[in-house]
Parts: sequence; C-alpha cells; structure tokens
Amino acid sequence: MAIDAATVRKVAHLARIKTPEDRLEPLAQELNGILQWIEQLDEVDVQGVEPMTSNVSQPLRLRDDVVTDGDRVADVLSNAPKSADGFFVVPKVVE
Amino acid sequence: MTENSKLIQGRTGAWEIVMGLEIHAQVASNAKLFSGAAVGFGAGPNEQVSLIDAGFPGMLPTLNKYCVEQAVKSGLGLRAQINLKSQFDRKNYFYPDLPTGYQISQLYHPIVGEGVVEVEAEDGSFFNVGIERLHLEQDAGKLIHDLSPTESYVDLNRAGTALMEIVSRPDIRTPEEAVAYVKKIRTILIYLGTCDGDMEKGNLRADVNVSVCRAGNYDKFKETGDFSFLGTRCEIKNVNSFRFISQAIQYEARRQIEILEDGGSIMQETRLFDAVKGETRSMRSKEEAQDYRYFPDPDLLPLVLEQAWIDEIKASLPELPDDKRRRFMSEYGLSQYDAGVLISEQAKADYFEAAAKGRDAKLVSNWVTNEVSARLAADGKDFSDNPLPAAHVAQLVELIETNVISSKIAKEVFDYVWNGEGSPAEVVEKHGLKQVTDTGAIEKAVDEIIAANPDKAAAVAEKPQAIGWFVGQVMKATGGKANPAAVNDILKAKLGL
Repeated sequence: MAIDAATVRKVAHLARIKTPEDRLEPLAQELNGILQWIEQLDEVDVQGVEPMTSNVSQPLRLRDDVVTDGDRVADVLSNAPKSADGFFVVPKVVE
Repeated sequence: MTENSKLIQGRTGAWEIVMGLEIHAQVASNAKLFSGAAVGFGAGPNEQVSLIDAGFPGMLPTLNKYCVEQAVKSGLGLRAQINLKSQFDRKNYFYPDLPTGYQISQLYHPIVGEGVVEVEAEDGSFFNVGIERLHLEQDAGKLIHDLSPTESYVDLNRAGTALMEIVSRPDIRTPEEAVAYVKKIRTILIYLGTCDGDMEKGNLRADVNVSVCRAGNYDKFKETGDFSFLGTRCEIKNVNSFRFISQAIQYEARRQIEILEDGGSIMQETRLFDAVKGETRSMRSKEEAQDYRYFPDPDLLPLVLEQAWIDEIKASLPELPDDKRRRFMSEYGLSQYDAGVLISEQAKADYFEAAAKGRDAKLVSNWVTNEVSARLAADGKDFSDNPLPAAHVAQLVELIETNVISSKIAKEVFDYVWNGEGSPAEVVEKHGLKQVTDTGAIEKAVDEIIAANPDKAAAVAEKPQAIGWFVGQVMKATGGKANPAAVNDILKAKLGL
C-alpha cells in the first residue's frame, strides 16, 4: 500500500493536524516505510488463528446502572478556552 | 409483486421509492453507556457530564451492563440473532458536540444481527421489514445556536447517552409504510421497556435513506440482490415525528425524480428536513465525503455474552404486540382492526383486558377505543395516566348487557362517571337512569298516547312502519329510559299489529 502526498494531506486534514505543504512528501515517505515494515507480518501464516484483540486475557468489565458521577460543571469546563453560563462556547457552527 | 399504489408518475414514466431506515432509540437507563453520569432531561447545562463524557485525557470508559441487557432484549423483540461476541469501534470525526473526537459505536461486530419485523399496513395487510442489525453507540452533545450571533454554545448532558441504532433493509416502499414501520418499532420497544419512545424529547428519531428507481427495478433488485438496480440514496437526518417522516420522504422522492427527469444525477449526501418549509436541504458541513477511519476501540475488550444470560432475558420478555394482537383475536373474538387499535399502546391493551374479563369483549373494546380514547385525547392524556378505573368501564358494559340501561343512556351515564360522579351503578341510581322494564309503566304510557292520538293509531293499521312515531313518543314520555324492545312489543299488541 503506497501513500502519496495527497493521501497525507487528506489524513492530516481529517485528523485536524496542521501540516505544511513541504512536509507532505517527506511524511509520505516515512509512512510508507512504517507500512512496509509492518507488512512483513503478512509473511506469517495465520490461517485458523483467532485475532488477538488485546493482550489482557480477561472479560470486559461491566458497570451497574447507577449514577455515580456528574454535577461538576466547573471541572468539566476547566480546560475550555471560553465558557458562559455553564456552556462551552465555540466559534459559530453552521449547519 | 408491484402494486400500482407504490408507483409515482413522473413526466417521463413511472418511478418507485425504495427506503431503508436507521432508528436511533435512547436506552431507558439511569446512567450513560460508558460513564456514571445521569441520563435525563431538564438538568442545567453540563450538569450531567463526567470527565469521561467530556473527553478528558486518561479517562477510561466502562460499559453499562443494563444497557447491554436492553440491547439484547430489543434484539430478541425484533426476532433477531444475538451475537455472543461483539466489539466496540471508534468512529472518528471532529465536531464541537463530540469532545473525544470519536463516537464509540459498533461497526464490524454489532451486538444484534439479522431479524425481521412484521408491520401492518393501513389496509390491514402485513409486510415484512428485514432488520440488518442493532448496535449500541453513544449519543453526541447538543449545540445551541441562538444564544449568540457569532458563537455556538455546547451542552454535553446528552453526550455519552446510550443509543440503540436499528438499521433496516431497503424493504420500505411508501411514506405510509415508513411511518407504520417506525410506529411498530416504537411499540415493540415500549412494550419491552427498553426505550420510552418519546419522540418529542428526541428519545426516538429516524434517519431515512431515500432513493428512487424506475418502476420494476426494485423487483429486479429483490431477485438478484444487485444494488445497481436501485438509485443513489440520500440520507435525511433526525426526523423526529411521524408527520415529518412522511413529509420528508414525499418531498425528497419528488426532488430526486425531478433531477433525474431533467437528465441530472443524484449525489449521495446527507440532508436535513426543514419542518417549517417542508423541504429537505443539503447539510453543507457534511458535504465533504465522510471518512470515519473506524478501528476497534483499544480501551474496550470484546463484549462476550453467555448464552445462559440470553436465555434468562428471553424467558423474562413480556408478551409482544404481535402475540397480544393474535391472542386478543382468538381469546376475545375481536377483529384484526380492533385488536390492532388496542395493542398499539400497551397501557390501552392492559386497560381493555382489565375491563373485558367476563364481559362482552367487543362492547368493551368499543367503549375503550371510542369514548375513553376520545376523552383522554381531549384532555391531552393517554392510557398511562387515565383517571377512569377499568372497573367502571366493566360495570357500564355490564349494565348494558343486563338491560339495566340502554346503549343510548349509557353515553349519558359515561358523561357523569367521567366527570367524577361515581361508579356507573351509583350514577344510574342517583340520576334515575334505570331502563324501565316494568311493563305496567310502559303500558300506561302507551295507553295514554294511543288515547290522545286516535287518528294516528288508526293509520298504523294501514301503514305499519308508522309505529316508529309511537315508539318515539313513548321514549319521550319515559325520559328515554324505557326498554326499546318492551316498548315495541307492547305497542304492537295494543295497536293490533
């Protein structure tokens, strides 16, 4: 799978990572190197092997349906660049 | 089979609509899907938000077991396959109502797979809608645009609330079918208690995928499974009332047909329904083709369920609407229509059953679906907050059955009972509404009327149908309380008919 500068531009935009034009080509090369390295795994025959989704061999922990959190507006808004009357305030979003 | 009612005539020939629906139903839980913050309506901004919901670094989600149970229950109610192993994925996109930058959903391995729902059409016939899947996912927060001209306000109270997304197959063909399908899903979920179905609060809402194709192509798609027979679809987001669903589909189908007939092509896109203008329009913010870059959420292990637990849930399911309808027809001898009206609301069905025990079920059904329903509607209530005890309806019907009151007087009795004057028997006693079956009293009234109208009495011999006038007079003289059958018999005897 080869990645070109256009793909890097698109992915960077989707991830909202600002990337100068002159970095696109070098990034594409770096990413291709990483992908090629990982593609070595294709050499292993995994026929009939269950995919391992985690290295933790335990069931997913579940929680009871009780309210244990909330009522902490000040904490929730503590990192917000701007807030008012308990709301986050962001630049106008137009739909 | 292509019925003509499913065709839309265009300038260049006939078209048909094909639709698939995605219903988002909020799980009726206390806490959110992955955090311990409360789910609810009416709290102050950001009061029901945990640091998990707000996307703070290092916060880890823990799945709510009750929400899993509700998804399984809903899946069983849709007669769908329950997947013992499912997995949560991240759907990545940026929007101010989504603080983590991704929604936790289930793309690759949903908790519920294929199912089928039987839906009753307006004409009483049934059609099946295939269910592709039901999966669990998080809701987003809420944006408020009218508090400032240059800024949007964000309330995350809804962020992280558990939703069940129910995805149908493209088996829906008309706006009426779409509405009937959503109503059916809503009824099933309310019966199961997994979602309260409150559309006004947005607790149940639908995305409608609409496409149009030339008449006959849908059947070809059904035969071959080849989607190329169908047109390009547009998704209308978040339509939250039955009326809007119907309006949005009609507008959208017409819009697509006009574009195609003018030689244009349909662009796959997400559209919004503008309820004020009654039209759909493109969502500009989502014009760019979405690329969600789904991947398994590394914070959450696969969800593995025990078959024994599924069986336990299955055994605890309440009677579902379809089963109840069939039982009402066989046990009470009701028509499909009457049974369908009663089961459409669980509280209405329960009310009917409470009143119908040992009574004429058809009569009870009529009172419940006519008078009681009409009064509740007039008061803006429904059967869940019905002030009239079912026992009163049962007693009223019993009074009619035993000829204590006539059906006509029963309406009067009902008025008094509804206005809180007591039970039907008390009202009948208090207002002296008992039907006069005492033949002596009726005979006396008949004698008086015949004596006062000898010419009319003579005329009846020639024209037997003129007896109607006498019946009317006797009823009037007895305040409408005379037993009509007794009046008829006595009149006939006295008039020599």
